Amino acid sequence: MIVHSIFFYFFSIIAIFSSLMVITSRSTINSVFFLILDFISVGCLFIMVGAEFLGMILLIVYVGAVAVLFLFVVMMLNVAEQKQSWFIGRKSTHIPTGLIVSVLILLELLVVVGGWKYKEDVMSSSTLIISDISNTHQLGLVMYTDYILYFQLAGVVLLLSMIGAILLTFRERVGVKKQSYLKQVSRSPVTAVELVEVKSDQGVKIDD
Amino acid sequence: MIEIGLGHYLSLGAIIFFLGVIGIFLNRKNIIVILMSIELILLAVNINLISFSIFSGDIVGQIFTMLILTVAAAEAAIGLAIIVVYYRNRGSIRVEDIHGMKG
Repeated sequence: MIVHSIFFYFFSIIAIFSSLMVITSRSTINSVFFLILDFISVGCLFIMVGAEFLGMILLIVYVGAVAVLFLFVVMMLNVAEQKQSWFIGRKSTHIPTGLIVSVLILLELLVVVGGWKYKEDVMSSSTLIISDISNTHQLGLVMYTDYILYFQLAGVVLLLSMIGAILLTFRERVGVKKQSYLKQVSRSPVTAVELVEVKSDQGVKIDD
Repeated sequence: MIEIGLGHYLSLGAIIFFLGVIGIFLNRKNIIVILMSIELILLAVNINLISFSIFSGDIVGQIFTMLILTVAAAEAAIGLAIIVVYYRNRGSIRVEDIHGMKG
């Protein structure tokens, strides 16, 4: 029980601190770093409280996809120097912030891996779901039967957002040589190959 | 204090939700930070749903959390794509420059 509360306060203090830093950082890059730290802390909380599958999904989907998407956009748009309005800007502090965030993430991972040994202590809260089957198994039993329509709907939402994002950011580029499948498959040996009678001491011009 | 109950998790969710809402008002010039604040708000909602699901012994809350995760990912992708297109067309994504619709 004491382990549970220690872990809870550890992760929740880091989560609150990093969400505070997300909204008060001077540069956008630092905000994205602290957003990643926030997601990792809350993911660890989910794993700790017993929702292991969603904790891992949070780590994979949020940290691996959404936060990195934010990072890509911030770097691509070159707005990292755009300071927050209510702070007087100074020199940017990317490297120390990145170091702080990565050291904190490392600490959290160490705590999670080390705390797995005491899983019985952590999970022994009286109100937690007590069951023989794992969390993922439970989730699957309900999600693929009773909530199959919502699951399919989530898939449709993801597909639509993918199509929308591609359609929004697509642009025709001019001056780029592209492969033309139609030209390639409609060539015949008669038009593609030219047989030349090479005269002695003269060679062939090939670049016409 | 030592016994961690439902109230602790709900307080954490409330604090993160509060910080997300404050972030929207605080960073009114930077639209990317506004999107990140929306992500924080959705994360707080997820914390609430998961803690209720765990502490009341019902798995359905976690399924709704999953749907919220899906919607949040889609929202982030579409929002960032719109920002990229806007930046490509106008060369600026400062919020005070976005007044094309005279809203």
